[in-house]
Amino acid sequence: MSVVTDRRTVANGRNPLPVSLKQARLPRWTPPVLALVAVGAGCGIGLAAGLDSTIQWGLIAALLFIAGSFVLSAAVEGVRQAKDRLATSLVWVAFLLAVVPLASLLWETVARGSKVLDGYFLSHSMGTLPDAMPGGGIYHAIIGTLEQVGLATLIAAPVGLLTAIYLVEYGRGRLAKAVTFFVDVMTGIPSIVAGLFVLSVWILILGFGPSGFAGSMALAILMMPVVVRSTEEMLKLVPNELREASLALGVPKWRTILKVVLPTSIGGITTGVMLAIARITGETAPVLLLVWGAKTINNNPFEDAQQSLPLYVFQQWQQGSEASYDRAWAAALVLIAFVMILNLVARGIARWKAPQHAGR
Amino acid sequence: MTASSIADNPPPPQDVRSPVSGKAVRPGDRIFLGLSRGSGIALLVIMAAIAVFLTYRSVLAISGDKADFLTTFDWNATGTEPKFGIAVLAFGTVVSSVIAMLIAVPVAVGIALFISHYAPRRLASPLGYVIDLLAAVPSIVYGLWGALFLVPHLSGLYSWLDDYLGWTGIFSYSQGAARSLFTVGILLAIMILPIVTSVSREVFLQVPRMHEEAALALGATRWEVIRMSVLPFGRSGVISASMLGLGRALGETMAVATVLSPSFLISASLLDPGGGTFAQNIASKFSEADQFGQDALIASGLVLFVITLLVNGAARLIIARRKEYSGAAA
Repeated sequence: MSVVTDRRTVANGRNPLPVSLKQARLPRWTPPVLALVAVGAGCGIGLAAGLDSTIQWGLIAALLFIAGSFVLSAAVEGVRQAKDRLATSLVWVAFLLAVVPLASLLWETVARGSKVLDGYFLSHSMGTLPDAMPGGGIYHAIIGTLEQVGLATLIAAPVGLLTAIYLVEYGRGRLAKAVTFFVDVMTGIPSIVAGLFVLSVWILILGFGPSGFAGSMALAILMMPVVVRSTEEMLKLVPNELREASLALGVPKWRTILKVVLPTSIGGITTGVMLAIARITGETAPVLLLVWGAKTINNNPFEDAQQSLPLYVFQQWQQGSEASYDRAWAAALVLIAFVMILNLVARGIARWKAPQHAGR
Repeated sequence: MTASSIADNPPPPQDVRSPVSGKAVRPGDRIFLGLSRGSGIALLVIMAAIAVFLTYRSVLAISGDKADFLTTFDWNATGTEPKFGIAVLAFGTVVSSVIAMLIAVPVAVGIALFISHYAPRRLASPLGYVIDLLAAVPSIVYGLWGALFLVPHLSGLYSWLDDYLGWTGIFSYSQGAARSLFTVGILLAIMILPIVTSVSREVFLQVPRMHEEAALALGATRWEVIRMSVLPFGRSGVISASMLGLGRALGETMAVATVLSPSFLISASLLDPGGGTFAQNIASKFSEADQFGQDALIASGLVLFVITLLVNGAARLIIARRKEYSGAAA
């Protein structure tokens, strides 16, 4: 009782109660106006000091804005509100800081890549064209990428799928724990290490030459843990009642898995596999070590060097001429487009199939 | 068995179920279990094989090394007197990854907070989507962009750093293309931003609504809510996200190979061209390596493998200790 009265008297001592409930706030239009002032001042200072980089103008303006809003807010609203505004500004700066390079990356790739990208580029190989000459194309690289990624998927998808089924449907005890742990470990293997492993076994010990298939094996190693992880998540989403209903009808467990569990989660599983494909499509390092790259069309992934899109980008960059830079950008654009489309379709499938999971 | 046991006393539930879900009695079940367990075992075998074969080839290489493998500042794995060591590579790998982490983690946490707490609602979920898409951009594209766009644009910044901070030695810069470890660090930071952001964002979105509303009800400002309820809750998630990003930065090959102009010297200046990383060295030395040279590269790859295993293992341990955040990894 006495505590309450004390507080009231203190509050009343400073200023009347109704006023102290409402804190002084800066009007809503302050930040935009302050931003305008800061940009103006930044440009002014930049012009006056003769700074030639507009990035520096922007930095000065940003600093002025942050400092200005902090001081103004501290004076009017108090230090706590000022800190809040400072944090808000910093979060916005972090966001803009990240958007600039990522947007620039996409913009440069599209702008420079579309220069030589046309039907001819997509349907011809490099053949015997000298590196510094304009012309040539990526047909051989597309063929190589499709075959290598396809083979890798053929190896990795069934193994990954079955492993996930084992972990979710059967997995108890030490073996399942070990598999779970090593799937996690495998996710972190650098792609070049996977390439070195296949190199050491397939090429150095067994004595095979470079081929698309050697690359596929390394890609499959990179793909397996991703497939296991995503499939596992999807299988866990299948409600236990479905399994129990099927088992109660006397359906064998393997038929329950094939006819009930997998069809229920097929959308999510497809998404996971497609995301995994998108991930390995962009891998360059293992392909560099195991497939070597070629200038001409090689339709046979089991013999001799092949080309692949990411490796093509790298090798064209290495040539270092204007024409080859153009080709590198164009191939990079094709690669990004391919990966993005795979991603979008995969996420589309996930969204399209999602209500089914939620509904059951 | 069933008739008599029911008559004596009610059988335990396991006995009733055992013909269906217990031991795999039907041939279909046995085959299916064998297949799926076999795949799991195959995965273990692959992991074991990676460790065994990399170690085997590395032992061949290191026993033929005429210099100390850990401390030599050179990579000459051909001829009769092969001398190579990982000192420069280890230095470059660690330094570039640390720079990447120092830049990427604060920015990524900022973006994650922006998406989860600051951005307008309608903007937030498309932004998260775009970040996820950016995580899928192949590393070679980052490498191409880094070499042809980022490098020419950084020399101005580096001269500025040299003017004001050159006296530290770390930031001294002599004119030339900015193909240095610092550039690699910046590029790696940009590359790991999406993955660190998307994992952190997931964790921040999982903060119990009650915690935030309780803080708000006590009169906390938005920043105080974040500092007192969001960041403490998300700390372990952010740490493991950073470790996953670090794992990627350590093993990144193509982006480093295109941007760095390698040399086998350790210089105090991070802005001057030079240095190297494990993965970059493997990619750039591979084409000229004979069989012994390839073994030597495999030895350096084994070191990289062990380092990334340790980093990823630590990240997984942190996630496992705070299990409730592990949904973020999906």
